[in-house]
Amino acid sequence: MTRPSWDVPIEQLLRELTPLVLGTVVRRFRDFAAAEDAVQEASLAAAQDWPRQGLPENPRAWLTQVAFRRMADHFRSESARRRRESEVALEAAYAPDSTAIETAPQEDDTLVLLFMCCHPALTPASAIALTLRAVGGLTTAEIARAFLVPEATMAQRISRAKQSIKNSGIPFQLPTSEERAQRLRAVLHVLYLIFNEGYTSSVGPELRRSDLTQEALRLTRIVHNLQPNDTEAAGLLALMLLTDARRRARASAAGELIPLAQQDRALWDRQQIAEGVALLSATLPKGSVGPYQLQAAIAAVHDEASRAEDTDWPQILALYDLLGRMSDNPVVRLNHAIAAAMVHGAAKGLELLDTLKLDDRLADHHRMDAVRAHLLERAGDRAGAVRHYRAAAGKTGSLPERNYLLTQAARLSSELGPMSEQE
Amino acid sequence: MKFILMMGMKAGKESMSKGIMSWPKQDIQAHIGFMMAFNKQLKEAGELVSAEGLAWPDQAKLVRAGEDGIPITDGVFPESKEFLIGYWIIDVESPERAYQVAARASSAPGPGGAPLNMPIEVRQVMSGPPEELQ
Amino acid sequence: MKYMLLMTGTKADFDWYARWPKQDLQAHFAFMHAFSMELKDSGAFVAAEGLAFPDQAKLVRAGSDGTPITDGVFPEAKEFLAGYWIVDVESPEEAYKIAARASAAPHPPRHGPGGPAENQPIEVRQVMSGPPEELL
Repeated sequence: MTRPSWDVPIEQLLRELTPLVLGTVVRRFRDFAAAEDAVQEASLAAAQDWPRQGLPENPRAWLTQVAFRRMADHFRSESARRRRESEVALEAAYAPDSTAIETAPQEDDTLVLLFMCCHPALTPASAIALTLRAVGGLTTAEIARAFLVPEATMAQRISRAKQSIKNSGIPFQLPTSEERAQRLRAVLHVLYLIFNEGYTSSVGPELRRSDLTQEALRLTRIVHNLQPNDTEAAGLLALMLLTDARRRARASAAGELIPLAQQDRALWDRQQIAEGVALLSATLPKGSVGPYQLQAAIAAVHDEASRAEDTDWPQILALYDLLGRMSDNPVVRLNHAIAAAMVHGAAKGLELLDTLKLDDRLADHHRMDAVRAHLLERAGDRAGAVRHYRAAAGKTGSLPERNYLLTQAARLSSELGPMSEQE
Repeated sequence: MKFILMMGMKAGKESMSKGIMSWPKQDIQAHIGFMMAFNKQLKEAGELVSAEGLAWPDQAKLVRAGEDGIPITDGVFPESKEFLIGYWIIDVESPERAYQVAARASSAPGPGGAPLNMPIEVRQVMSGPPEELQ
Repeated sequence: MKYMLLMTGTKADFDWYARWPKQDLQAHFAFMHAFSMELKDSGAFVAAEGLAFPDQAKLVRAGSDGTPITDGVFPEAKEFLAGYWIVDVESPEEAYKIAARASAAPHPPRHGPGGPAENQPIEVRQVMSGPPEELL
């Protein structure tokens, strides 16, 4: 169904306003799940009415009034036990003019919403879906498309996530200062997951999922602006900018993956790299260095090399050493092994990999085989590399990655000659 | 993570004569009812991506490209061939959850209402995003 | 009318595929990519998926208490589903034409250089919109 062109600005306006309205409604009625439903309904009503009747004087107040009325309907249909609460709510709903509607500052509410949607009690998938819906203002259909599931499935996920929040009694307020740091970590983690999902999926012409990277960048910018002293929020933003800067070089037109070492660096977004580097340079001296800042620094070192062979690997290794001390992430350890190999030789990298064999999280993981293959190739053990590239191909869940790994095995295999067929 | 859960059947004369077509009507309806409730549960859990049933194996065709690209169709399959008759694609947090769902599908009722205990093949669907190859 | 086009292979077939020379692999990837694009452009495309290799396959049954019993053992000759397309077309003949296109995907000679180059057979099955009529 095609929409008239004037709907596009309305859609954008709704996307900006609905999270703000949601904040106001939750703040007033203290029922996140019902508020989210009410705001969704108000948004749908606006999408239908505004194109026909023109934009209201105060679109935000319009949405808020409609949502308040929906909330009143919701409470009215509750059982008699809740009568007392309903009366309070009804009074609030029928406030005579829009000035009686609290419009709490945008900043506080967005952050509170983020804390709520990224609560550690939720599964990552739920937190992601809820954040995109309630804070990102994406429609359920848009989120469903981004994750390649039917709309009904995504609607259910969001509904269940809202129910979890209701059941766990998470209050609509900023976390206490003791919890603040940990809760902010949780928010940043969800935003990182959204970015990663979008970035690594945007291979080939299937660009729809790059919307997720844009959304992650937008929300992370908001967090950074609201918490300018949080160095990890700045670090995450820098990491996203520096990683996303490479998006045009990471896949061929046919959708084949191109690793960092072989990317055409002329396709990298130099402006975005400059922005990321500037942000990082302003953040690191604050002295509160964390994992996102370190990952951003590593990305910056890569991005600043005009050719792969100019990469400052000793600097990267030093950064991975630091990162390894603060983060137990197994992928970090794998990347550390690669960096060690680039500086001290493949044997050193392979040694480090052997120490990782005992890590349950990595033992059967395709990345382990892929990195080992890469290092074995550098060490001159082509047959071993072929074996491990094929093993990795059999374990990965991503088609572009499997294709890439099989291609590497094939490349090496042909260099070996017919004997390799015995592998 | 996305997984496909596949339900198969053999199409040989013996399998067909003992198959669902020969059950009492209420057992057939109980089976269909189970499947519909099962799908509904998956939908409500936000895990269902798709569920499809295929036409009977006797209508299956095997198609090859002929020398000039024109399709060569054939309806003959080995007696022992296992045909896909239905599948689910689910999006779940872990392989263990996928096996749980498959076990439930496997317990669909058959003749006399007893669980069929059909073997369900479970495999990952290659739709995951690639990881950073830095 | 919706049809499922199935591409299958034995374990041996998958092992063979994993050992194709680089240019054959790349030609295959390019073909599959172009084929999906064609189907999308023609409006026939509903879905397409590739599946993990058979090594990953598990056979699951319900144990007596409902807990899953998993098993990774399959007969040597078993045909595993490698991938499929779902297409929406006006007639079975349209589905067969599309299947023939898929069947013509390039591949290296099967039994060493110079061997017969048989096209991959594609199984075509109609997708039902509800339980088969015979059951109702």
